[in-house]
Order: sequence, then C-alpha cells, then structure tokens
Amino acid sequence: MTYLITQTLNGLFSAALLFLIASGLTLAFGVMRIVNIAHGSFYMLGAYVAYTVTARTQSLLAGAVAAMAGVALVGFAVERFFLRRLAAQPLAQMMMTMGFALVFRDAALMIWGGDPFTLPYPPGLAGSFAAGDVVFPLYRLFVVLVAAAVGVALWAVNEKTLLGAKLRAAVDDPEMAGGTGINVGLLSGLVFAAGAALAAFGGVMGGPILGGYPGMDFDLLPLAFVVVIIGGMGSLKGALAGSIVVGLVDNFGKALVPELSYFTLFAPMVIVLAIKPTGLYGRA
Amino acid sequence: MAARERDGLKAVPYRSAYRRVAWFVVGALLVLGPVVFTPYWLGLLTQVMVFAVLAMSLDILLGYTGLPSLGHAGLFGVAAYAVAVLSTAHHASFWVCVIGGIVAGTLVSAVFGLFVSHVRDVYFLMITLALGMVVWGLSYRWIPVTGGDNGISGIPRLESHAGLPVSGPTPVYYVTLAVLIVCGVLMARLVRSPFGYTLRGIRENEARMKSLGFNTWLHCYVSYVIAGAFASVAGVLWAYYNGFVGPTYVDLTASSEVFLMVTLGGPGTLVGPALGAGAIVLLKNVMSAYTHRWLLILGAVYIVTILGAPQGLWNLRVSSPPRGTRRTRR
Amino acid sequence: MSWWRVALVVVIAGATLVATAQPVSPPIKLGFLAPLSGAYAQNGRDILNGLLLYLDEIGYRAAGRTIELLVEDDEAIPAVGLTKARKLVERDGVHVMAGALLSSTGYALAPYIDSMRIPMVYPVVSADDLTQRKRSKWIVRTGYSGSQPNHAFGEYAYRVLKLRKVATIALDYAFGWESVGGFERTFVADGGAVTQKIWCPVSVHDFAPYLTQVSRDVDAVYALVLGRAALQFMRQYREFGLKDRVLLIGAGTTTDEHVLPFMGDEALGVITALHYSAALDTPANRTFVAAYRARFRKIPSYYAESMYTGAKWLVAATESIHGHVEDRAALVDALRAVKVADLPRGPVELDAYGNPIENVYVRKVERVNGELQNTVIATFPKVSQFWKYNPSDYLKQPLYSR
Repeated sequence: MTYLITQTLNGLFSAALLFLIASGLTLAFGVMRIVNIAHGSFYMLGAYVAYTVTARTQSLLAGAVAAMAGVALVGFAVERFFLRRLAAQPLAQMMMTMGFALVFRDAALMIWGGDPFTLPYPPGLAGSFAAGDVVFPLYRLFVVLVAAAVGVALWAVNEKTLLGAKLRAAVDDPEMAGGTGINVGLLSGLVFAAGAALAAFGGVMGGPILGGYPGMDFDLLPLAFVVVIIGGMGSLKGALAGSIVVGLVDNFGKALVPELSYFTLFAPMVIVLAIKPTGLYGRA
Repeated sequence: MAARERDGLKAVPYRSAYRRVAWFVVGALLVLGPVVFTPYWLGLLTQVMVFAVLAMSLDILLGYTGLPSLGHAGLFGVAAYAVAVLSTAHHASFWVCVIGGIVAGTLVSAVFGLFVSHVRDVYFLMITLALGMVVWGLSYRWIPVTGGDNGISGIPRLESHAGLPVSGPTPVYYVTLAVLIVCGVLMARLVRSPFGYTLRGIRENEARMKSLGFNTWLHCYVSYVIAGAFASVAGVLWAYYNGFVGPTYVDLTASSEVFLMVTLGGPGTLVGPALGAGAIVLLKNVMSAYTHRWLLILGAVYIVTILGAPQGLWNLRVSSPPRGTRRTRR
Repeated sequence: MSWWRVALVVVIAGATLVATAQPVSPPIKLGFLAPLSGAYAQNGRDILNGLLLYLDEIGYRAAGRTIELLVEDDEAIPAVGLTKARKLVERDGVHVMAGALLSSTGYALAPYIDSMRIPMVYPVVSADDLTQRKRSKWIVRTGYSGSQPNHAFGEYAYRVLKLRKVATIALDYAFGWESVGGFERTFVADGGAVTQKIWCPVSVHDFAPYLTQVSRDVDAVYALVLGRAALQFMRQYREFGLKDRVLLIGAGTTTDEHVLPFMGDEALGVITALHYSAALDTPANRTFVAAYRARFRKIPSYYAESMYTGAKWLVAATESIHGHVEDRAALVDALRAVKVADLPRGPVELDAYGNPIENVYVRKVERVNGELQNTVIATFPKVSQFWKYNPSDYLKQPLYSR
C-alpha cells in the first residue's frame, strides 16, 4: 500500500513536469503545425538560465522569472525570424528546429560548461512529508500543485478570454481566422513564446530534482512527444490526459518491468496511433 | 505531370557531356580509392558509402513517396544487431549473418509497415519516431540479448569472416563500393519503374491516384518494406565495418541524422541523399578534429541550408519550381 | 595513357619523400580519449587533469623525446569513442593511447586496439573481463577491475559492519553488475543475503521509482552510482526517508571526490570501498593532492589519481625502452614489466593477467575542517582481482552479470 501510494505520487510528479513541457509543444503544433524538436532545448535553457540567475541573486523566484522571460524571448525570435519564413512547410520547419536544437545544445555547453548541477529548493520545501510509512518529499507535491494551477490558468485563458477565442479560431482554421481580422502572425509568435516559457518553467521546476546537465534537452523530449501524440496534437485537454497516462505508466513501468520500461512507454502509443492516428482528443 | 518530366532523364546534350566527365572522375577516384587515399580516409569513405545506401533507402520513402520517416535508423539497427548477435553469440557463418541481418531488418519493416502505411505527413513522422524509439528501447534495455548500454563488440572483420585471402581496410572498401553500386542501380531502376511513378503520383496527389484505381495503401506499404530492406543492407555493412553496435546507432539522433542527409542532399534524387551522407559523415569527422564546436556548426549548416536551399543541395542544379516539402502543406 | 602513369609515379614518389623526410627524433605522439562533454564530462576532465599534471611535472619529455598530446572527446558514447580512436590512430598516427572511462567504451575499443596493434593504457575502465576472460595483448590496465574492491568490501560488510541483509541499487551496465556481483559473492559466502537487486538505467534522471521499492527491513543499502546521478541519489535517499532508517554503503564512485564536494550532510556516514581516497595519509598522496589542488583548485578524484598513475606508468615504460615507442611490441611488454614506486594510492604491481594488485581502502564520509572527505577506516593490503580464489577456478565461472 505504502508502495502504491508513493509510486502514484511519483507518477503524478512526472506527469506535472511533462504537462508543463507538453502543453507548449501541443500549442505550437495546434496553431502552427510545428513539430518543435527544439522544445527540449527551451526546457534545458530554462534550467541553465535559472541556475545562473539564482546563483547571483540567491532567489529561485528571480531565477524562474528570468528563465521564463529570457527563453520566451528566444522562442519569439526563433519563430519571428526563422520559422515564419517557412510557414506551412511542416517538414522544413521541423528540420529548422532540429538545427536549432543542435545549436542550443552546443551553445549551452560553451556558455555553462558540462558540469551537472541542481537548483536549490524554494525555502521551506526541502523537507519531506511523513504519514505513517509513507515518506514523500514536499517539493514534489508542490510541483504537482503548481502544474495543476498552470493547467487551470491555461484553461481559463483558452476558454474565458478573447485571446483564447482567437487562439481557438486559429487552431481550427488559421486561414479563416486571418480572414476575420485576427493577427495570426503575432498570435503565432506569442503562442510559440508562451510555449517556450512553459518549457523553461518546467526546467526550473524540475531543477531541484532532475537538475541540469548536457543532454537533458533530449531526455524528456521523446516523453513529451509521447504525451502530445497520445493526447492528440494541438489539444490542451489531451496534453493533460496524456501527461497523467505517461507519468504513471513510466513510473510503474520502470518499477515493475525495468527491462521493458521503454517498451511499455512507446508500444501503447504506437497502438493508440494505429487505431486513432489523431490521438485521444485530436482532430484531423 | 511536371515531376515526371523532370525526373524523366530528358538530358540536355552539353550538360550530359559534363555529367559524363564528372561521373568518370568520381568513378575513377572510387575505384582507385585504396591507391589514392590513406587508410584513414579510406575508412571514412567506406562509412560514407554505407550511409549513402541508408540515405538513399530513406529517399525512396521521403523523396519519392513523400513519407517522412523519423525512425529509419531503427531498421538499419535491427539488421546490424542481428549480424552482431548471430556472429558473436551464435558464431554463425558469414552468409548466415548477412542473410539473417537483411531478413531481420526486412521482417521488422514488414511488421512496422502495417502500423504506418495508412497515415501521412506529420502523423507518419510521429509514428515512425515512436517505432524507432521502440527499437532503441529494446536495444537499450533488453540486456541479455543486446548487451544494453555496452552494445555488442567483437563482430569479426568482414574479410576474415567471409574467408577472403586479403586483410586491411581495402577489402571492406571494395565490398562496400560494390554493394553501393548494386543498391544504387536497383533503387534507380525502382524509382524509374511504373511502380516508382505511382509512388510519385501518391506524393503529388494521393486522392487522384486513388480515384485512378491505385491501391495507395499497398504502394506505401511496399515502398516502406523496400526502404527497410535497403536500410538493412546498410545495417549489415555497418556492423562489419564498425565491428561494434550500440544503442546510439538507433536512437532519435541517429534517425534525424539520416533524415538530414536526405533533406540536405535533396530528396527525390537518390544522388543528392548519397552526397548528403558524404557531406555529413565528413563534416562530423573532419570538423570534430579541428574544433570542439562542430555541433554548433552542424546546426548552423542545417539552418542555413533550409533557408538558402530548402529543397536540398542537389536540387539547386535544376532551376525548376521546388519540390519536396511543398507537398506536405496541410 | 602514359601521362597517367607519370603522374601516378610522381604522386607516389612525392608521398614517400614526405613520409620519410622526418626530423631525427620526432615527438612521441600520445593519444588521449575521455568524455569531455555529456553526462560524464566531469569524470573525463578529472582524468585529463591527472594526465596534464604529470606531463607538466616531467615537462612533456620522456627518454629525451618530447611528448605530443592529442586529446579527443568520446562523449561517453562507445560509438563516438571508436570513431575518435580511429582518427587518433589512422589519421594522427599516435604511438600510444591512454584514457577511456566507461566499461562500455572500453569493451568497444578493445577489438579495434588489438587489430591496430596500438599499446593503450586503461587507467579507469574497470570491466573485469579485460584482464580475465577476454584479455587483450595491447591494453594494459593500471586502475582496477570492478569487482576487485568489492570482494574485500563484501567480507568487511559481513564481518566488521555485521550486516546480514542488504539491498542493492546500481546502474544497469557492466560496471554495476561487476561491482554488485563482487560484493554479493563474498558477502553471501560469509553467510549474508542480498535480498533485493534494483537496476537503474545508466541515463536515470530520477531515483524515485527505484528508491520507493527498497524494503525497509534490510540492514543496509548498497549503492553504485556516479557523476550527476550520485548527487541526485544522495539527496533523494534522504528525501524518501531512508537516510534515518537504513545504513547506506556502496561502491567507491558513489562518494568519490568528483562528486563529494557538491554533496551536503546527506552524505555523512556513507561507507564505501575503493583503491584510493584523496584523504589517504601517505607522503606520496599528500604531495599529489597538494600539487593537484594548486593547479586545478579542487581535490583530486580517483579518476585524476588513476590517470596520473597511468601516465607515470607509461613514461616509466617508455624510459625503460629508451624512448623507442615505434617498437610497439617492446612498449607493450615494457608496460607489463615495469615497476613504479611512490604512487599516491600506495604500492601497485601487475599480476600475470595484467591487472593491478593493490590496496583496497574502506572509507567513511566525514566532515573535516568543513570539507567532506573519504576517511580511510580500514585497509586490505595487496588485493588481487581474484580475491582469495584460485585464478583458474575463478575464470571457469561466468562473468558477473545481473
């Protein structure tokens, strides 16, 4: 029982991180049909920028804000100056993001060196929560709550605001949306930047546990892709459902059948896709 | 159809003369390879040729059928692992290893093909990515067979395993060259056959091909399996050339590298992807000798290529409307 | 066609001239290979530091010839290591090689090194079979074999620490299997029991799914981790409430000095075994540590010491053949025959299988003058890779696996 509770909580923690990363990925896909291979780089850059700023200011909050702002700016620039030139050419765009993924990886290595690091815990969250035999780190619970809050905020923006309405229109049919006077170009830039910021935030939130290290950009990326594919590309609801499925399957898979842990993760996805190529909540 | 004319060998006479000279020089260099090059460069050239076969096989899918596969290194890897397992754990003979490797890779692509042949575009890309990751996951974690992270080393050298009387890098080089020529000719004939033109038709307008009565699912499936078979040939060559297989040869980075070879060189040309393979293998090996920043440069090369020559370098020769990525518009 | 032949003759003649017209005593080309980027960059750089320190000490000269060092990054990927080794051997024409970190890289390189007949020193790679069932003529190991310190440690855990039931958590690759296997063998032979073996993939980034499986009724958890993973493991071991309940012991890398300075109080009291500790109180080691600290502003890890010793070994062998490194067979024989004294880790000699016989130190993490260190609490002198077993009987048994 103890085991089951702890593992489930762990699974939710992974799900929370994955949701932060995958929501940006799915939004970019929804609006611009961009399969963003460099999304993992935004996650990595978030952790690295936060590391530098936190070390200078002694404040994780300042680090998080700087990371999100900085990476959002990078994301905006990549979209505005590069990806937009290739509008409606998904393959070329994907290749372009792949090029950027390589550039960012090497740039991070050049700027920060190869030493692994972890971010400090926010004050008061370093301890563990104990109830009987269940001992669970407080910070992991915190991450789950924060991700839930981000999810609610995204839902609210999407469903309750004018921006959200424009966004949904752009997801449904970019050309039609453009025809009704929505500035799809600006909207695309903003969505891409917001997605980058979310990934960076994921890097910061994961920082105290997973830390930062060369190669982290491609570590969670395949998992985030699995989430987006299972959930349906372009769907926030799908990203949420996908994160929970993948987070839990990944954790229990690693614990129960370690030999097949990657298989348990990817095989269900292949089956989902074979049956419903657009994923659980996706539209063709 | 425009594509048909462009690919239809309507050679302009003066161009054809240049082309013949160029082919002759390249051919002479390749045949005289062991005389002209030092063993190191000969080894690199062998690598280039192995990856040329792989890139050309992906070109059948990506360039001719319009199916972007991001898991192609997985099929290559299955064949390479089959050779490694057969030759080390089971001490199988040379031909058993060669045929076993090709059959294993082709069978796996025949199974994978069932999952992917009904989807297109980005969805095809995603499913093949996932299938590639399944292969990688098995190579990484199915330790009793694959050795996991250790990979499998100690694959016998080609010349000793095949019982050739010569040793050194030269026999592997010539075997690879021969296989490259045979595969290249087979693939070139394939894409110029009626079957190949049907694939191009599917690429350009699948709905029309369907209404003309073509079974497009079956065509996509067969093209996937054929591409897998040629990738397996490359995998077998690689296992022998390298003497070692490991999970890094089948992961996402490896698959995207092959993808880049094709797009960089020029999809839908066969020659372009082969040159793309050469460019990337050489870039990787030569650049990393001079600078530790080769990854940065490689990334920049991709970005510049996509901006400056989005249809690949080989397609720059023809001043015709672009092809390749344009079709995948939603 | 005759101009063709003329051209060919000119080219070949020119190449021969260039090849033969070399200076009288060209430098000794030493090729070095280690992960300098990627997850194990820190370990790799420590290895390189050890080499640089020793080459500095001798002014890059051995037996009257200068030493030219060529450094390559293997990114901790066996495939890349193989590519870089090809470059060093076939393009740069190195006379001798040194380096490599991971067992996987070590196993991948061995057949190639053998086929090219290049003497190579493995200062760190600890894969057992390189000096046991798959011996290589051209590779000389100056470090240790994975199970070697753990044979001693298994006995120590049972007899001195009085442990009876142990769970293990280790990285899932040769180094992990061999370390755990060595520990298990002697621990179980004495009467102990290994009740759980948990394996984490080498690329593990969160230990939560594994730590939560550890049953609480064991006397100790034996851990094998390194690099970034070691930092995360130590921290999470406490966060999941294990630190206060179950003693943590492990292989030497778990608390090695490449990660120890980045750890906090969570590492205190952890007991591990290895053939080196930076806190070892001998004159040779004090000198080495002081020089290393002065040059690199940190304490040396076992990786740095291993390559320092490896370099010293290599130079001693080179001098014993008067610098004729072109005679590669003579060099490899000299590497096996040479005796080197005053090493930081203590006395070392090679056994008949090419593996060092050396001391194994049991170390406990303590805080001394504000810094964490691996205080030596017991020494097993002159430990062989075969422990107390008969080599030929030992070799009849299979290699340690999961």
